[in-house]
Amino acid sequence: MKITLEHLTKKFGSTIAVNDLSITMESGKMIALLGPSGCGKTTILNMLSGILPATSGKIWFDDQDVTSLPPEKRNIGLVFQNYALYPHMTVLENICFPLEIKKVPKKQRIARARELAELVRISEYLDRKPAELSGGQQQRVAIARALAKEPQLLLLDEPLSNLDAKLRVEMREEILRIQRASNITTIFVTHDQEEASSIADDVILLKLGVLQQQGAARTLYDEPVNFFAADFLGAPPINKLRGTVENGAFVFEGSNVSLTLPLRREVSNGTKAILALRAESVVVPADGASLTARVMNRYSINKDELSVLEICGQQFRGFISGDYPLSIGEEICFSLKKRGVFLFVEETGERLA
Amino acid sequence: MIRRKERQSGEKLTVRTILEPTLFLAPFLIGLILFTVYPFINVIIISFKQNYKILTGAFSGFGLENYQAVISDPYFLSGLKNTFLYMLFVVPIATALSLLIATMLNGNVKCKALFQTCYFLPMVTSITAVGLVWKWLYNYDYGLINYLFSLFGIEPINWLNNPKYNLPALIIYGIWNMIPMTTILLLAGFQNVNPQYYTAARVDGARSLRIFFRITLPLLAPTIGLTLIINMITASKVFSELFPLFNGNPGAAYSLYTVVYYLYDMFFVKWKLGRAAASAVILFLIVLVLTMIQLFIQRKWKNY
Repeated sequence: MKITLEHLTKKFGSTIAVNDLSITMESGKMIALLGPSGCGKTTILNMLSGILPATSGKIWFDDQDVTSLPPEKRNIGLVFQNYALYPHMTVLENICFPLEIKKVPKKQRIARARELAELVRISEYLDRKPAELSGGQQQRVAIARALAKEPQLLLLDEPLSNLDAKLRVEMREEILRIQRASNITTIFVTHDQEEASSIADDVILLKLGVLQQQGAARTLYDEPVNFFAADFLGAPPINKLRGTVENGAFVFEGSNVSLTLPLRREVSNGTKAILALRAESVVVPADGASLTARVMNRYSINKDELSVLEICGQQFRGFISGDYPLSIGEEICFSLKKRGVFLFVEETGERLA
Repeated sequence: MIRRKERQSGEKLTVRTILEPTLFLAPFLIGLILFTVYPFINVIIISFKQNYKILTGAFSGFGLENYQAVISDPYFLSGLKNTFLYMLFVVPIATALSLLIATMLNGNVKCKALFQTCYFLPMVTSITAVGLVWKWLYNYDYGLINYLFSLFGIEPINWLNNPKYNLPALIIYGIWNMIPMTTILLLAGFQNVNPQYYTAARVDGARSLRIFFRITLPLLAPTIGLTLIINMITASKVFSELFPLFNGNPGAAYSLYTVVYYLYDMFFVKWKLGRAAASAVILFLIVLVLTMIQLFIQRKWKNY
């Protein structure tokens, strides 16, 4: 099912949680609503489910206007952050409950529940109570329950935030597998860029209720439209170096070292700018035009050799192969790749290059 | 136990570490021992003392004479019957009504605070003052209840002076008295139900009645069980309710004895301490057994 938000706005008193949001989400896709806390992502989810009414704007499911429909008439499956499994019912009863309300005959109900249990791989726990299950298993039950009534849309609110790191990776792949198997349009909310990048077909990046960028995670990573997008995606976080734009080139703060980048538009001299570069865009030994930096520190995280470098008094981090000998305090020459190097106006976050 | 605690806190057991907590506990412990533990044990002992005289402390020996006298006393037996009937009607009806009121107060009602105050008012009002109001409500000639009855063409009922209607009058009054506390406990129970369950059920299309019976009620079961036990114990001690309604007598024709009224009568009126103690012990055992049965059933119900 295709979902269209049209000038969707939600206000809580004088706070604007979602501000004039217009997005289209394609059918059958895995979509992530990504943003820091307070960006309005859960509010959007709640408006999609119908739990929260929209202040203004419209929500379309295909060509049906659902803006004023109550949750039960939207045919959606909702998975809560803490799963909200009914503690007094067994797993089977939990999965059957939506079907019971739909007055599906008992035999069919149980058959369908078993099918779903198979899909989410919890068949052996059908007679247990939620309290007897691990977090990951509860998550699976919650998904099965949400899928029971064959919704057109599956909504997941921070689906992985209650799980430990290892289980999180496992469950996010599981969620993707279940989504692919059921081919149901799925929207999930997350504040974890890695989670969004790893499983979503389409990432919707939000900040303070305003859409920043929508697209494949790769696109957001490689072509961020503004400073916020560049900063929010990627680990380690993108390097930020301050300076100004002089005669179409970036000049590092407090120096006359400059770097020429193809600017998208002309800006007046002295405009404060931020050079943002991904750690993997630092090339040592230098290849072509080079800059000089001092090695400040060096440590390895598993396969990665992360070096802390300093240029014109500002530190940044770069991945430098462990095969290349570096000693702390040494001056080195480095160059930058084309990819993963951006220039933003400091004040507005607008992308210049 | 002490040794494990010691290892956890890493503190050694010295005179100080024993004395200090004891000192802190003392004010409460002394009160508890003086006013609860000692009287409790003493009552049991007195119940076995034959011909016990409170002023001299003299008694002729230990035996079951008091118990024999009590259980063959028709007043005690009628008291037992009345107390049972009172419990049988008051506890379930009051709990059910409280559940209804708590459900409504928990929902989105207008003037919620006003209603809450109204329902909790009986709890902070003196039972005797309230009893006098009820006495007036029950009045044969001028009472509001008979007036309401007359509107529907029902013959007036002589609530307080016809022994036949004494127990129903006491029961209605008892129900009214029990509702506030029960409602508060149930409301507290409601607060413990995660509202997300309601949202989840609502998204799945469940309507209020189904949500109530399939979600709220099962999740509230432990609280309901608790209120039932508390109410049963309260109801078993029915006594002070009698005074304002029947001028201090157990019913118009002395037909509405309750166990505690019997106890009071034996102690303060007839000065038969042994029998009073024996009846107290019997009541205690009955309530104990009932509570155990209830806890047992509840454990079978307990579902999460």
